[in-house]
Amino acid sequence: MSARFDAERLRGVFPLLAQEINGKPLVYLDNAATTQKPDRVIDAVARYYRTINSNVHRGAHTLSDHATGAFEDARDAVRAFINAPSREQVIWTRGTTESINLVAHSFARGRLGAGDRILVSGMAHHSNIVPWQLAAQATGASVVPIPVTDDARLDLDAFRALLDARVRLVALEHVSNAMGTIHPVAEIIAAAHAAGVPVLLDGAQSVGHLPVDVQALDVDFYAFSGHKMFAPTGIGVLYGKRAWLEAMTPYQGGGEMIETVGFDHTTYARLPYRFEAGTPHIAGAIGMAAAIDWLGGIDREAAARHEDALLAHALELARELPGFRLLGRAPQKVAVLSFVIDGAHPQDVGTLLDQQGVAVRSGHHCAQPVMSRFGVPGTVRASFSLYNTHAEVERLFAALHKARSFL
Amino acid sequence: MNASSAAVSPQEVVETLAFFDDWEDRYRYIIDLGRELPAMPEAHKREDLLVRGCQSQAWLDWREEGGRIVFEADSDALIVRGLIALILAAYDRRTPREILDFDIDDYFARLDLLRHISPTRGNGLRAMVQRIRDIARSLAMA
Ligand SMILES: Cc1ncc(COP(=O)(O)O)c(C=O)c1O
Repeated sequence: MSARFDAERLRGVFPLLAQEINGKPLVYLDNAATTQKPDRVIDAVARYYRTINSNVHRGAHTLSDHATGAFEDARDAVRAFINAPSREQVIWTRGTTESINLVAHSFARGRLGAGDRILVSGMAHHSNIVPWQLAAQATGASVVPIPVTDDARLDLDAFRALLDARVRLVALEHVSNAMGTIHPVAEIIAAAHAAGVPVLLDGAQSVGHLPVDVQALDVDFYAFSGHKMFAPTGIGVLYGKRAWLEAMTPYQGGGEMIETVGFDHTTYARLPYRFEAGTPHIAGAIGMAAAIDWLGGIDREAAARHEDALLAHALELARELPGFRLLGRAPQKVAVLSFVIDGAHPQDVGTLLDQQGVAVRSGHHCAQPVMSRFGVPGTVRASFSLYNTHAEVERLFAALHKARSFL
Repeated sequence: MNASSAAVSPQEVVETLAFFDDWEDRYRYIIDLGRELPAMPEAHKREDLLVRGCQSQAWLDWREEGGRIVFEADSDALIVRGLIALILAAYDRRTPREILDFDIDDYFARLDLLRHISPTRGNGLRAMVQRIRDIARSLAMA
């Protein structure tokens, strides 16, 4: 039996959470958009700029050695965090979006031809739709959505039926940002592999909530962003299986990614540098390592149970809110409450919550296809993180009752 | 005069909002203005009249009547409808010259709304003001 998870104490290391918004103590429930940063991360970034800032892999001087060391240590930290077999398979990117674009460009395009298909989650984020559409347009292939059930799961029977000889790649999110659904990714990957099809998982929404083991998943590519797991914005990761990465052509050209450059012949650097053109976000990588280090000190199972309890509490209070309609009722989900209130536009609800210091997201959450699937223009989304409290769940619902009285 | 939003003047709007000292009363007033804004018939909400906000949609149409521009506008969000009413209080049934001469930034500042309802918040208000001014400009030049 574990002790009650102490979110109240944990919040103490997130300076931003202590402020007032519109004269009320902030209740930050937009964690699916980005999480706040603990002191550990903020300090690591500041310390980098104050003490070792210099370019990596280049300078013949001590500072550059320090910066390179810290930057490469951060890669090791990510390797361990997702249990990648080697550090060469951890590629720094700007975030999930860039990671997916890299795979679409350097992996998918070369393998696609007219009539081929990419199966994409029907509730995918736009960044896991549009890169595939661009690759498909360039090659005559097509992007086919995996249908979504009424309770916001992927329809696995339909998925299996779609998995025919035309399919070259399956791309889906590990956890849905719009609905919170945790997909049965192991099962999906096994089915795809049985058909000889590689799988990319968009891990943007999973890394902040669940432990991820890319080897246990046997996933071909895993993409995620630092800023949704307590690390800085502008840094992200692409993990790929070695055989795929080695066979892929470079994405962007520039410094860092080359071995030798001549006007008649250029050879590319080895992994992972081949995919890291230009000066990287060194401070971001170091901040990411600090976030991983901070997470390492937390009982993540207890954190997940705490988040589940927040969601259960919210659902209980929702029963007393007239007109409340929950979207995303999958049995396996993270603490995301995506809902509409009958007769109230999500933006109006969001604005009236903001006036009361409660930060949520309203709109289509960059997932327009799944909004159409459920026949709504958008939803209000309250997304919880480990530092949210039961008192904040109550504040949310008090604010919703008040908002409703206006509308 | 029919019950259009031009029934309130910008001066009245400013005075009313200045009178309220908490956000609840201000928003109730804006929402009431939103409810009073005549709705556009659904069939009228054509794609080319759409002014896109980030989280909501708004439509704007206009016609000329005796040298003045009559606007018709709507949104799917109630608060945005209220904000549209605030804008139309300044612009509806004015001449193109009056529209172009009206200092909208000063108006917003006097409404003291910028603090709460910033035109950059993806509510499409900036885009609507821009569209209104473009219409006025094209008529002023004609
Ligand atoms: C499921 C999912 N995929 C992709 C992204 C894009 O992430 P980023 O903007 O960090 O590249 C997000 C972020 O909103 C997301 O939730």
